[in-house]
Amino acid sequence: MSQTATHKLMLHFPKCECEKPIIYHLVKDYDLIVNVFRAKVTPEEEGYLVLDVTGTEVDIERAMDYVRTFNVQVNYTGKGVTRDDQKCTHCGYCVPYCPTNALHLADGKTREVVYNEDDCIECLACIRVCPYGACASAF
Amino acid sequence: MKTYEQINDRIISGKAVVLTADEIMDYVDKKGLDAAAEEVDVVTTATFGPMCSSGCFLNFGHSKPKIRMSEAWIEDVLVYTGIAAVDVFLGATQLRHGDPANMYPPGDFRYGGGHVIEDLIAGKTLQLFALSYGTDDYPLRELRTYFTINDLNQATMVNPRNCYQNYNVAVNCSDKTIYTYMGQLDPNGKNANYCSAGQLSPLLNDPCYDTIGVGTRVWLAGAHGHVYAEGTQHTGACDRTEAGVPTEGAGTLALTGDMKQMQSEFIRGVSLRGYGVSLAIGVGVPIPILNKDILKRTCVRDRDILAPVIDYSHDYPQKTGKVLNKVSYEQLRSGEIDLNGKKVAVGSLSSYYKALKIANLLADEIRRGDFQLTEPIAPLPKDSTMNSLKQRGKP
Repeated sequence: MSQTATHKLMLHFPKCECEKPIIYHLVKDYDLIVNVFRAKVTPEEEGYLVLDVTGTEVDIERAMDYVRTFNVQVNYTGKGVTRDDQKCTHCGYCVPYCPTNALHLADGKTREVVYNEDDCIECLACIRVCPYGACASAF
Repeated sequence: MKTYEQINDRIISGKAVVLTADEIMDYVDKKGLDAAAEEVDVVTTATFGPMCSSGCFLNFGHSKPKIRMSEAWIEDVLVYTGIAAVDVFLGATQLRHGDPANMYPPGDFRYGGGHVIEDLIAGKTLQLFALSYGTDDYPLRELRTYFTINDLNQATMVNPRNCYQNYNVAVNCSDKTIYTYMGQLDPNGKNANYCSAGQLSPLLNDPCYDTIGVGTRVWLAGAHGHVYAEGTQHTGACDRTEAGVPTEGAGTLALTGDMKQMQSEFIRGVSLRGYGVSLAIGVGVPIPILNKDILKRTCVRDRDILAPVIDYSHDYPQKTGKVLNKVSYEQLRSGEIDLNGKKVAVGSLSSYYKALKIANLLADEIRRGDFQLTEPIAPLPKDSTMNSLKQRGKP
């Protein structure tokens, strides 16, 4: 048995694939544990999905090969919520609103606000509160 | 004892000893007050946060034919034209034309006067639209053109109130979320917001205005500006600790500086959901260490500075004067304060990170000999109080 791993992924579904139960097959056929953070279907019937998948590396890779057969784009690095380092003033206003401490102070001395994308559950609270428009959603 | 002249001579010769207000306490603890007062020439202080009472005067130069602008907008943000023909005043909190404000609350307030000022300093091309009633000497009635800050004759920032000495901590004791200039406040005192650089803040390091006065040269978003007056609502007579540190708003500074010398990193438009737009500004103020008393006061620590906790759902808008509690900046910076036995999460609207960067940039400029200190031409008043507006019937 190879070791299990967890990856945070962002999937983009082209117009025609939104009605297919693709995630169901990730669980049933590839034995993956899925944790969906955020999903959206646009009026153009495109779909976006940000989720964690947990399973063996082999199963995850096979599952992603399956997903790609529907022309779904699999993004291992691009996250649904990003922070623009140029726009952020590091005031710390967002910090208490971030439920998972993905946004937190680096230390008590410099009080730099760091953003750890892996801890983000995409609640979008930071986008709502940031006075400088530093946080943004990909969809 | 040192004089301004002696300190400036050391700055010019590149020998000045300069520390930030973040470093000075440990330095004095190590060296002792007397020795440190001999050695240290300047302590730099700074702050970065929203300062609503900000704006700028712009002069466009004359078009051909000439216009006497009677109404004008920059990027659809109304500017004040009730001064000379092509002079305008742009205010930081002015909304963009057509902004629905709080029509469908809470409004987003994505763009306004503060953002125009940010864009100007960032060198962006902006639209000017102006109207006029037309005169014999200024016949043009309408004008639409595009410009950058370099096209302007003058772009002078004029901020009637910056650098509040201390400030409120805002909470919301009602059962509904409220939206204020202190940010979003969740119901039942769930969170608190503060807005001060605390131990790094200019007037908290010179609490009795011994060195900062009218004429003091300051670092204003990268430009060398100065204090042109006491700030509006300056209240020298206020509650203070034994060491003289105010425990409420207190002193303020009116600042001015050349926008063409400013850096956009330290001038940022602010969108406060449900409230409006504003401008965040970075300010650095040097404190000359003329004697050991002045040095001692720059050693103030976050734990020695108290801020009043105010309920912005009732006591602030209704002006009851009620203070729920006083808490130190050390407690605020821990991320949690205690309010009526309950833990309250704390956020900040003031960036200590940027303030620290500014204090270090100013310290470097002084060490290089590029920034000299000025002696005030008039002190800030220590005994002034604040009037309230009385709503009277017609006499």
